[in-house]
Amino acid sequence: MIQIRHVSKSFGGVKAVDNISFDVNPGEILGFLGPNGAGKSTSMKMITGFLAMDVGEISVCGFDVQTQTRSAQQQIGYLPEGAPCYEDMTTRQFLEFVAEIRGFRKREKARRVESVIENMNLESVWDQRIGTLSKGFKRRVGLGQALLHDPRVLILDEPTDGLDPNQKHHVREMIRGLSQDKIVIISTHILEEVTAVCTRAMIIDDGRVVKDCTPAELEARSRFHGAVTVELGNPAGSRHLFAGLSQVEQVEVDELNSRITLFARHGMSIINQVTNKVHEQQLDVEGIYVERGRLDDVFRSVTRGDT
Amino acid sequence: MDRLLVIFNRELVSYFSTPLAYVFIVIYVMLSGVFTFYFGGFYERGQADLMPFFSFHPWLYLFLVPAIAMRLWAEERQSGSIELLMTLPITKFDAVVGKFLAAWCFLGIALLLTVPTWITVNYLGDPDNGIILASYIGSWLMAGGFLAVGSCMSALCKSQVIAFILGVVTCFLFIVSGFPMILDLIKEWAPMILVDTFASLSFLTHFNAIAKGVLALRDLLYFLSFIAIWLAATIIVIDLKQAD
Repeated sequence: MIQIRHVSKSFGGVKAVDNISFDVNPGEILGFLGPNGAGKSTSMKMITGFLAMDVGEISVCGFDVQTQTRSAQQQIGYLPEGAPCYEDMTTRQFLEFVAEIRGFRKREKARRVESVIENMNLESVWDQRIGTLSKGFKRRVGLGQALLHDPRVLILDEPTDGLDPNQKHHVREMIRGLSQDKIVIISTHILEEVTAVCTRAMIIDDGRVVKDCTPAELEARSRFHGAVTVELGNPAGSRHLFAGLSQVEQVEVDELNSRITLFARHGMSIINQVTNKVHEQQLDVEGIYVERGRLDDVFRSVTRGDT
Repeated sequence: MDRLLVIFNRELVSYFSTPLAYVFIVIYVMLSGVFTFYFGGFYERGQADLMPFFSFHPWLYLFLVPAIAMRLWAEERQSGSIELLMTLPITKFDAVVGKFLAAWCFLGIALLLTVPTWITVNYLGDPDNGIILASYIGSWLMAGGFLAVGSCMSALCKSQVIAFILGVVTCFLFIVSGFPMILDLIKEWAPMILVDTFASLSFLTHFNAIAKGVLALRDLLYFLSFIAIWLAATIIVIDLKQAD
């Protein structure tokens, strides 16, 4: 388990992280969300012992990061932002180097490196210099390096940044497939990723935790949560039809996409009312669905981005 | 210690995985040949020793060693791999000393490749090989001193070019502090003990002493403690600035 207590860090008078405290338990996949410069990477660097905090304490699996740095680091697999590697080494050389630093020798080393190369699909590039690899492969080498010692804590700073959709999918599958007793912290600014892989979402802004809940709760905070969107030929023309419904509070028309979104009065389900109306009027509807909530909407409303 | 060796291996192998190392070695061997035979008047002197060869080493190292040292840390910081390295379960001592030893070994290999000069002088005459051995050791120790300074300068900056310039300037100071003209400058007003201290800080004072064939403990200790102090400084700098 990771315990973070009253941690602050400033750079030249600017507070990057401002008195944050939280715990992460085994089995949790925590997503750090936040605008650029919010303090996500700084927090991760402090958890991994790369950056010293000004005040506060962090312990990883019972080891204090500042006083028992090496023991804590042994528990952690870390993918730094941008997945830096030694570019002059080949994939195999690099993974073997990390394995040796992690204390594996001979057969155990070979076994670990083999399994990473297999799991990360690196067979085709194992003898290639890392500097010549594509972004996707580099990222996978970085992930492989972080997973090599089967760590109890995995910290991934923007693991899918710059990957194509297939690669993103692969990385998310991999994170979801990790065993249940691990702690995973990922940072991202791709909101869909949070619903796709995380069990807990934390929005960080201005160095503070402004929201800490499940992705579903986050969605529920969206004004779109529970709203009904109808796709139809002439949305503007049908505005008045829906505006009259008793449980509909507000109607928004998106002419560009031929969509009309109906917002419910607080906590009400309006889907039945809306479908009845559609039937009644025999409207030519292409689609109708209930919105789960839009994360980018919540994101904007809780971070300073909307001011 | 185990992990220090892993770092050492990685670094040493990485020197030879790029053409840079070979280019460096060729330049080093060529320059030391040029200095010995043209500027040093190796043949004209008519003496069977390697004085002309070794007396240029401080000046050769002044530029070549900072060129090797500049990448030690600046490159890691530039590429961000320092974040990876320092979050692996190693100490800063392992990293700093492992990297230093690899670079020092590399310089040792370059130095060993000048052996043909030694063979030449043995073929032509009957030199005192004890003095030559002592000079080789002295030269390697001096290279280590330059390298330790360069390592610290490299840890200070992100840019390899700036690390190189800082390294050259600092090493230059440690060469000239033994020069009579510099010493005369402070002799005017400083007490004798300060002048002696200043002179004793110079690479030249100690290297020349060793190059005479006397491998005194004093000079050995000078170079080793010089290296230790600068490496300790490197560790402190890394500790303070690794995340900048």
